[in-house]
Amino acid sequence: MLQPFQLHEPTTVPEASGLLARLGDEGRIYAGGTELLLAMKQGLLRYRHLVNIKRLGLETIAFDEAAGRLRLGATATHRAVERSEVIGRRYPMLASMERHLANVRVRAVGTVGGNLSFAEPHSDLATVLLLYNATVTVGGASGRRTIGVADLLLDAYTTALAPDELLLEIDVPALPAGAGADYRKFAFFERPSVGVGAVVIPSAGGGGIAEARVAVGCVGPVPRRVADAEGALAGAPLRGAAFERAVGQAADAVRRACDPVDDLYGSADYKRHLAGVFAERALTAACGHAVAGGRG
Amino acid sequence: MIQEDRRTGADETPAQTVAIDAQVNGRRVRAAVPTHRTLLDFLREDLALTAAKRACDVQVCGACTVLVDGLPVSACTYLAFEINGKSVETCEGLAQQGALHPIQQAFVDAGALQCGYCTPGMIMITKALLADHPRPSVDEIKEYLHGNICRCTGYKKILDAVLAAAEAE
Repeated sequence: MLQPFQLHEPTTVPEASGLLARLGDEGRIYAGGTELLLAMKQGLLRYRHLVNIKRLGLETIAFDEAAGRLRLGATATHRAVERSEVIGRRYPMLASMERHLANVRVRAVGTVGGNLSFAEPHSDLATVLLLYNATVTVGGASGRRTIGVADLLLDAYTTALAPDELLLEIDVPALPAGAGADYRKFAFFERPSVGVGAVVIPSAGGGGIAEARVAVGCVGPVPRRVADAEGALAGAPLRGAAFERAVGQAADAVRRACDPVDDLYGSADYKRHLAGVFAERALTAACGHAVAGGRG
Repeated sequence: MIQEDRRTGADETPAQTVAIDAQVNGRRVRAAVPTHRTLLDFLREDLALTAAKRACDVQVCGACTVLVDGLPVSACTYLAFEINGKSVETCEGLAQQGALHPIQQAFVDAGALQCGYCTPGMIMITKALLADHPRPSVDEIKEYLHGNICRCTGYKKILDAVLAAAEAE
């Protein structure tokens, strides 16, 4: 059962920020509610005040072709991202991930900013945004600042947002032309247990890997990039035995980077094993996209 | 974060109500709803519209699926005040002059139900599916229906019903 709360509906960011500062621990930002209301219904969280930020005009999705940057407003719904023509064309990995996120009802209501701000460890979105080197703009009483997604997510359910700050926008740089990308997950129903993604950016001549990005999520308190995996792939060819060897080393690095827990969806060992298998598959698929001309 | 205090009377936050003016199954509804009232409680207890069912209560089973401005939502995890100025459709609004809606008829004809508890949700998610994809592929049907759980039928007949409904509409 939900407990009573006072609803606040600010129409400007400074007004919202002021409310959050004044309410402190008794208030929380409310947008789609798909995670917050669940936790409140189950009595895991109790807030006496909710600040509805859906009147702040933060739902815009815009792609700047010249700069190669996508801006996702914090209250853009997963459905809006999933169905955006430009995201389908320029960010197919993001569009595909959104199409498989939770279920259609959650996607119709849940927001991208809420997903990141809640910092639930089982977030497909956060892992995928790490692969695009996305940043977020947050705003509060002292103005606005921009930080990387990795710097936003400090721990499970814990972000770097100050008490008066809210997430305003997610900035997603497009991958270079020719890059391949792939994200895959293991999930029962709505909740992913393991999520692994890879980006392969070929060198100018197309013969090798100029840059690789590997990220893993759901198997630790926060999703993370795996530097050892990326190092194993940089400079490797795009096919052949040396490529296979580099992929194997990267998968080992991913397994080492995991810190999974036993739960109903699998033992820690099983999830670690899956993360390695999915790393190999994601890298192979991303490389295949790069060889075929690019799909990011 | 404030831990919930479950002792009776310990929570002194007063209930706040919001005036809403919405359409429910084509009829205008004006009400003052507490901010913490879910849409499912509002429909079932205040409006006596009991087609939407409470089952999992955590938006994974789909039994409480209704449409808000045409989009499917889990009424169990959706606040009633959010329907202000919007249009809500539930399974009760589908039949016209005693004639079942084509989706309902397709479920009957295919035998796509046993206990029936999940059926209103299945029918409403099918309505949302057919609005987005009038001629859905089996993959598209699965994409929309995978969030709706049936413990009786094994889903085959539900898929048959959705395909038949798409033909009939």
